[in-house]
Amino acid sequence: MTKREMVCVSCPIGCAITVELDDSGEVISVSGNSCKRGDAYARQECTHPERMLTSTVRVEGGNLPVVPVKSATPVPKEMLFDCMKEINKVSLKAPVHFGDVVIENILGTGVNIIATNEIY
Amino acid sequence: MKYGVAVIGGGVVGALICRALSKYDISVALLEKANDVAMGATKANSAIVHGGFDAKTGTLKAKLNVRGTELMPEVCKQLNVPYRNNGSMVLAFSDSEAQTVKQLYQRGVDNGVPKLEIIDAERVHELEPYVSDEVKCALLSNTAGIVCPYELTIAATENAVTNGADFLRNCEVKAIRQENGAYILETTLGEIEAAFVINAAGNHSDEVSAMVGDDSVKLVSRRGDYYLLDKSFGYLADHTLFQCPNEMGKGALVTPTVDGNLLIGPSAVDQDDKDCTDTEAEGLDFVISKAFKSVPAVNLRGAITSFAGIRSHPTTDDFIIGWSEKSEHFINVAGIESPGLSAAPAIAEYVEKILLGKLECSLKESYTLSRPAPVRFRHMTKSEREALIKKNSAYGRIICRCETITEGEIIDAIKAPAGARDVDGVKRRTRAGMGRCQGGFCGSKVVEILARELGVDKNEITKFGGESKIIYERTK
Amino acid sequence: MLNYDLVVIGGGPAGMAAALRAHEKGVKKIIILERADSLGGILEQCIHTGFGLHYFGEELSGPEYAGRFITQVYDTDIDVKVDTMVLDISDDNVVTACNNFDGLLTIKATAVVLAMGCRERPRGALSIAGSRCSGIMTAGTAQKYVNIDGYMPGKTVVILGSGDIGLIMARRMTLEGAKVKAVCELMPYSGGLTRNIVQCLEDFGIPLRLSCTVVKTHGKDRLEGVTVANVDEHLKPIPGTEEYIPCDTLMLSVGLIPENELSKNAGVELDRITNGPSVDEYRQTVKPGVFACGNVLQVHDLVDYVTEESQIAGEGAARYIEGERADGEKVYTEGTNGVRYIVPQRINKNTDKDVKLYFRVGQVFRNVKLTVKCGDEVILSRPKKKMTPGEMENVLIKTDVIKRLPADSKITVSVEEA
Repeated sequence: MTKREMVCVSCPIGCAITVELDDSGEVISVSGNSCKRGDAYARQECTHPERMLTSTVRVEGGNLPVVPVKSATPVPKEMLFDCMKEINKVSLKAPVHFGDVVIENILGTGVNIIATNEIY
Repeated sequence: MKYGVAVIGGGVVGALICRALSKYDISVALLEKANDVAMGATKANSAIVHGGFDAKTGTLKAKLNVRGTELMPEVCKQLNVPYRNNGSMVLAFSDSEAQTVKQLYQRGVDNGVPKLEIIDAERVHELEPYVSDEVKCALLSNTAGIVCPYELTIAATENAVTNGADFLRNCEVKAIRQENGAYILETTLGEIEAAFVINAAGNHSDEVSAMVGDDSVKLVSRRGDYYLLDKSFGYLADHTLFQCPNEMGKGALVTPTVDGNLLIGPSAVDQDDKDCTDTEAEGLDFVISKAFKSVPAVNLRGAITSFAGIRSHPTTDDFIIGWSEKSEHFINVAGIESPGLSAAPAIAEYVEKILLGKLECSLKESYTLSRPAPVRFRHMTKSEREALIKKNSAYGRIICRCETITEGEIIDAIKAPAGARDVDGVKRRTRAGMGRCQGGFCGSKVVEILARELGVDKNEITKFGGESKIIYERTK
Repeated sequence: MLNYDLVVIGGGPAGMAAALRAHEKGVKKIIILERADSLGGILEQCIHTGFGLHYFGEELSGPEYAGRFITQVYDTDIDVKVDTMVLDISDDNVVTACNNFDGLLTIKATAVVLAMGCRERPRGALSIAGSRCSGIMTAGTAQKYVNIDGYMPGKTVVILGSGDIGLIMARRMTLEGAKVKAVCELMPYSGGLTRNIVQCLEDFGIPLRLSCTVVKTHGKDRLEGVTVANVDEHLKPIPGTEEYIPCDTLMLSVGLIPENELSKNAGVELDRITNGPSVDEYRQTVKPGVFACGNVLQVHDLVDYVTEESQIAGEGAARYIEGERADGEKVYTEGTNGVRYIVPQRINKNTDKDVKLYFRVGQVFRNVKLTVKCGDEVILSRPKKKMTPGEMENVLIKTDVIKRLPADSKITVSVEEA
């Protein structure tokens, strides 16, 4: 059994949470949280942490040289840098619109990378 | 490249000498090792035109200070450089300092300084309500003033270039040899031949002098730290407020600048490195503690920047100006510490005179001593602004919002004779980035305009030349 | 001279929300003057997500949040002038602006909304000794270079200040391939959200050094390194704790200052603590018909609150344009005992709505009581688990309470032991 200490980021209170995990990495218990959101956050953080990824993608022929992009939903945390490598390979042609899919299903995660601004 | 006269050093002294010589039918070059003029002691000093009572009677310092202060208003008028005859005070806070004030008054009279007065505390407060109540009396110097030293240098260089002089930037003199009666200057831009050389290399004038075998120039590098306060603190002083020199040192001054900021400083610390203008915490603390003494309402909340300058103190304690005893056509203009800025117009006049003693030449058929006034949108009336934008729409786009500087003014600064090539160069010519946000907003726009006007990629633009890159490669 | 009912200065989230609300309330002639080349303000470069959770119930990036308002503005007949800088607001609300297509513009306004935002505190204000080489910049400037211009402002980075912008930039630079060596924070606590400390620093193993500051910068042309040192309880560097960190970039994230030069010149009185105008519950300044909202009024941490505040200002401006005047009796607000300031600074006694008081505390408090009083009367008291200077708090005062308080009385908000 292992113990993991973390600070909950669900709200500004920032509860100090302790999670007990068994040898296979399954959560046995969550303590220290003061609400349900804390429990959910702690379980997710210990089993499959995910993060929103935001960056920019090169655009040719637009009013700006790059367009901001984001992952439509969070991607596995350990894949952030691999996703960046994919994002850095892409080059778009202007115009680009809000919500345009820049990369579909990045690295098989099922998550699309989408544009978050207009380039004209 | 072959010139009649090579002036080494694009500080205020070199630039004004170059301007003086540009009137004659000789070819003149101003050699500067940095990416712009005014990059050494000229850009970081008190920006004061001294009355002339400080220097020992009979010295070159004393003579050239008094003469320079007399010439300064006219030179600034010709070159359209801001100058203000705000007057200065030396404040006495004790009876012994009151004695010092009397001695300074007498020395001033001996040096030929006009319009000096000793005034009592009441009169001090009438003129300067924010001076400490501890003040006993003061020496009021009515001829003293303030000037922008880098603007003076830039304007003098522009004027010289307009008259046909060459400005060679990034041109560092590495060695000098003599061939067939001429000097060959080995520089970072290649070899440059000159019949006469004027050494105005500031902190490095000892090294340049040694290049022709003259070891007589001995200098000590002395650093001074300064704080610059926001314009909202400019009301605290109208005159330049000095403290009495005493056994503890020279004290610090509190002065308005021609742009309406408040400048306090300097510290005085000898150091080995001639080029290191890093500020030091102790120096800055010294400055603020001294400034409090003169004007208790000085508050660091108003600080928008701090900086340090190096002045080269000659071991002889006087300016070293004249023909080298070791090399026939070589003039040293060295050890130009305070009051060097005040004296600069007189130094140029003096050097012109001694050079013409050996160099035969005559005035050009046409030359000018004036530099056209740059566009200053912030000082214009509504109708002037309207007309200006109608003429050129670039003056309608404000780039620096703290100082209200337009794109048109920045383009002018880049296209001017000996124009700006880097962000600091634009800043010194236009004040873009000099306000309270210190370029936080306009810095990237200035980079963009420089890149566009110079036809290079944005990441080739520097802060002040050399390796002072602002951004690296593209992210994507 | 042009005539408008409402001139909004600044087309960021504050200006857009104020203009839209005024439009909704029936104001006919509205113009937004924006100095950048597009609407959106600083949000355009804040490409990270986390905006809009309160207002839209979704997690948007900055440009997406701004984009929703930009679309709305262009769907109305609100006039917009971008690349237009306001130079002056006269005593009788004549706004002078300029750009490179109209030249000089003078606009007579019935009401003006100030929504100019804020600027970052620069290096000079910190008095860090050392070299003034290149490579020292505010985090916001760096953010513009990376996210808008598409250039790397540095490769090895130290960040001073652990506010949210500093933390966000630590992650942003890391993802783009830079090495962030440390984030130094002068205070013993971070000014940023816990979420950002975890997701921007801990995720990438970037050390957060609390009670630590940069005491010197080194480098001839470009920055070569910084000296950092720990500070004592008076925030003074402790001799002997200095450490040299090689880096080519120092990013400063050391505070934001409302941009009130225009307001000051227009005769608008500022609050000593917020550095923003002092306003009533409709965000009207002491100058009749001049309103303020967003970061020019007080520095916010959440854009959602900016929107909320600006809608109030927009509504206030609409009422003013219709002829309503706030010249009746007032009560005043004051933060005491741990509460640094309150916005609004005064409330019209005849107000027709409940009023939210926004404030910040001066230090981290845990398990305390937040108390609102008028004289000896306790109006409201509630327990708080945690309050930090980094997060703006608010408390609602009911209309009926305001109505029964004596004229010129003072409502105080304070932190008390639980």
